Amino acid sequence: MLRERIQASNYSFLDKLKSIDYLLILLILAIGSISVFAIYSTEGGKFSFYTKNHIIRLSVFFSLFLILSFVRVSTWYKNAYLFYLIGLILLIVVLFFGISASGATRWINLYFLNLQPSELMKIAVIICFARYYHRIQSSDIQSIKFLIQPIILLIIPCYLVIQQPDLGTSILIAGSGIAIIWLAGLNIKYFVYSGLLLLVSLPFAISILKPYQKSRILTFFNPDRDPLGAGYQIIQSKIAIGSGGFFGKGYLKGTQSYLEFLPEKHTDFIFTLFSEEFGFLGSIILLFLYILLIYRIINVGLVSRSFFAKLYCFGFATAIFLYVFVNIAMVLGMLPIVGAPLPIMSYGGSSLLSIMLGLSIVMSCKIYNQEQISVY
Amino acid sequence: MLNRGRNIEKGRVITRRMFILAAAKILLFAGISSRLYNLQISDREKYEILSDKNRIREWKTPPQRGIIVDNFNKVLASNDRVFQLHLILDEINDFDVTIFKIKNIIGLDQFEIKKLYKKKERLKPWDTLVVSDNLTWEQFSKINLYLHELEGAKPVLSTSRFYPYANDLVHIVGYVGDASPKDLEKPEIKENFVPGLKVGKYGIENSQEKMLIGNYGIKRYEVNASGKRISQIDYIKERQGNKVNLTIDIEIQKYAQELLNGKAGSICAMDIYTGEVVAMASSPTYDPNKFTHGINQKDWQEIRNNPLKPLINKSIAGLYSPGSTFKPLVALAALEYGILDPNKTIRCKGHKHPYELYGVKYHCWKKEGHGYMKLRNAIKQSCDIYFYEMARLLGVDKLSIIAKRYGLGTNVLGEVYNDEKNGLVPDTKWKRRALEQSWYLGETVINGIGQGYIQTTPLQLCLMTAQIANGGYKIKPHIIKDDSINYKDVINKIKLDQSNFPLHQRNYLDDINVKYYQRMYHRKSNINFVLDAMFGSTNEQYGTSYKSRYDDPKYQFAGKTGTSQVRRITDLDRELDLDTDQIEYKKRDHALYVAFAPYKDPRYAISVIIEHGGSGSKAAAPLASKLIKRIIDRHKLREQFNNGNTSLA
Repeated sequence: MLRERIQASNYSFLDKLKSIDYLLILLILAIGSISVFAIYSTEGGKFSFYTKNHIIRLSVFFSLFLILSFVRVSTWYKNAYLFYLIGLILLIVVLFFGISASGATRWINLYFLNLQPSELMKIAVIICFARYYHRIQSSDIQSIKFLIQPIILLIIPCYLVIQQPDLGTSILIAGSGIAIIWLAGLNIKYFVYSGLLLLVSLPFAISILKPYQKSRILTFFNPDRDPLGAGYQIIQSKIAIGSGGFFGKGYLKGTQSYLEFLPEKHTDFIFTLFSEEFGFLGSIILLFLYILLIYRIINVGLVSRSFFAKLYCFGFATAIFLYVFVNIAMVLGMLPIVGAPLPIMSYGGSSLLSIMLGLSIVMSCKIYNQEQISVY
Repeated sequence: MLNRGRNIEKGRVITRRMFILAAAKILLFAGISSRLYNLQISDREKYEILSDKNRIREWKTPPQRGIIVDNFNKVLASNDRVFQLHLILDEINDFDVTIFKIKNIIGLDQFEIKKLYKKKERLKPWDTLVVSDNLTWEQFSKINLYLHELEGAKPVLSTSRFYPYANDLVHIVGYVGDASPKDLEKPEIKENFVPGLKVGKYGIENSQEKMLIGNYGIKRYEVNASGKRISQIDYIKERQGNKVNLTIDIEIQKYAQELLNGKAGSICAMDIYTGEVVAMASSPTYDPNKFTHGINQKDWQEIRNNPLKPLINKSIAGLYSPGSTFKPLVALAALEYGILDPNKTIRCKGHKHPYELYGVKYHCWKKEGHGYMKLRNAIKQSCDIYFYEMARLLGVDKLSIIAKRYGLGTNVLGEVYNDEKNGLVPDTKWKRRALEQSWYLGETVINGIGQGYIQTTPLQLCLMTAQIANGGYKIKPHIIKDDSINYKDVINKIKLDQSNFPLHQRNYLDDINVKYYQRMYHRKSNINFVLDAMFGSTNEQYGTSYKSRYDDPKYQFAGKTGTSQVRRITDLDRELDLDTDQIEYKKRDHALYVAFAPYKDPRYAISVIIEHGGSGSKAAAPLASKLIKRIIDRHKLREQFNNGNTSLA
């Protein structure tokens, strides 16, 4: 064990370069470039504000990803709780000093970027839970004592995010946290019971929702309830996607988005625009790229030795899946509209930052996949 | 070792759970893919339509109405240039402010502003509001001057209906106005309607809507979510309505209208071979141009309350007893049925010894009586006594058969005018059905002088005269030019048939490919007898219209006067024997006259009716005489023009 630790700490730079997952990088670049074209199209084919910003962010965060990939995975492990704590503090800061836009207070002004801490929290929860379950023996996992702590760790950020209000991100945070609890091996019965409990408490939960959230959910079940109001987004999104057909309307020719029928087309509805212009074929290809990305991340987890790395990679892969699924299902009208960006594709600094950060940890797991992490 | 074993176990759990999750992910992604398949492949068409509906918006552009011309291609209804002010609603921030500014510039009153607000409520936010469809040049230039202050205002050069002969033609051509909900139910209007389009309200404008209305154009624009036009995709040009060519000669029409000036009545003139209506005047009249942009209340009340009823087209919707103008037809009927020898003599003994039937007395119009009369003289001098006796012998049913055959009792122009009346030719069956009474012989007797139940329109009398004058041939009267018939051929065939009588080896009319034309007489000599008697009535001394005659054979015409009573004449009236001027207007007789000209080779028939004009010979015949001269003067021109020499236009 000692030998391995020494070995691990003595990775030569060449070894590190060798063990980089180049396919993962290629996938990130591929989705990244598609996103640039998509954002360019949202601006009606003009090289303007959003496109410029997106390219800059993409390059900066991609470089950051490359650099952070060489941080030892043990460093991430050591600082996991700190990371979580910082995220929590930032969420509290947002609560008091955050800047508002369209009725929600989600951002902290960092001058070069309006940081959305809830996006960072998505990663923080995963890394924190990965660390938490890394050290717990499988026999202890089922005990209430060890279950209470992660639940509290999950409820606090979720509650803070809901207060912003941001139901979508909150659900995604909860989703990724629960995914890791699942991976760690908690008995299935807990999931079944809590699922039932959720179902029972649903009417109560709905009663405490904000009116706009309620109307969104009602609208989800019947978009024609209010076609020019709450149902407008989803109706127009479906029209855009449906009218794309097999091959799409062609790049820069999406009439729905070009003529401004699509709201939020550069953020939450970027997939709609892409699908309108590139059709079924393009959408399936994009979906396939995401599946590949998830597969590569899982693959890193499989070849990693430490539980931390495994839990983190599987958890992050599930998180990515959740983001993609919730976003696409939402724009396809299969889920209510809950404000969830599409990873990498959507315009938005914090979302991109957190994804790249998450990916860099995955990469560091890959590079240092033989590193054993002792229980501190 | 224990620790290691546990660790292996933990690793296994994590991996297993990961695979379960992965399976779930694959399932959910499959769900997304199938949803995509549904939307983009199965339901593609539905969403494509929705998308096009979203992005493409159509604006209809109004078509120009077809013009209406007279026989000589003179324009009777044209499209004039007008100045309009439109407001593009989605370019306006504050409607109230804009309207206030416009109000100050062009001077709208409170009523008009209220109307604009009402109009606006019915429009969509991207529609155009027509503030005024007929600005004066002054208002128009003022608007242009202040245009920079008026957001959304658009001065527009457009067209609107204009009737250059205004009053002279309103009863024929009609007028246009805003479409009523009822108008919009008509398929030809419904299919071609564009908001703001004027539609025909009366006359040719109304009945020929299908020809005149044209097809609207379509401008298709790509619009964005807020309805703003981004680019024009398509422009299907509007098509102007078709030209409607009337058989009217506007010069004659104008003159006829002039002759009627100050009177209530009608003048109709018809080509006796082609059936073309050359003039159809009705008086008093009104200006159709006032209706184009909505008539104002004062003008409307003036027209509506005029006791001479300008709104009624008297030529086709005015019903009159034909009076003595009916006599030639009664004589023809008696001759055709062989009821009476024209040499039969009857004595008219004046008011002291009137005609008596079952104790009821029937007087002749002439107080001192006509003395011994034969049929020709009875027509010429319009002796009532002779016709009482002849009608009695003939019977009303036979008379009605002949009257109907010669054009009475049914409307003349078919569908062209929706207010045209059928008139009434009574017979015993009719009376039993309509009044549930049996027929009295006395009614037959007064029917013989064109009084009683019989009701005719002036145009019917004109047609009757035409069909006697042309030798007893059925013609097809019309007011809209019919190019499908070769009239030169028709005229030749009829004339050939006339001159070859009584050989009757063949029916020349069979050669005409239009089956409408046919012989109506039984014996040619009967027709000729009546025509000759009418000649006498006008051109021989003691004839009732002798004073209106022309001696020049070019203009010489033959006719028959008529004086139709509007009420029963009492013994007191007969005793007083007042002049027309001395009787209250409403109680005066209608003056009628029918004629055809030139006598030697007849071509035109004419009917004149002056309401409450007194006697036909004094009030109606002189007008006919004047008009006949004008018609004959223009005949050559008409003939040349209709035979293809259009350069005279």
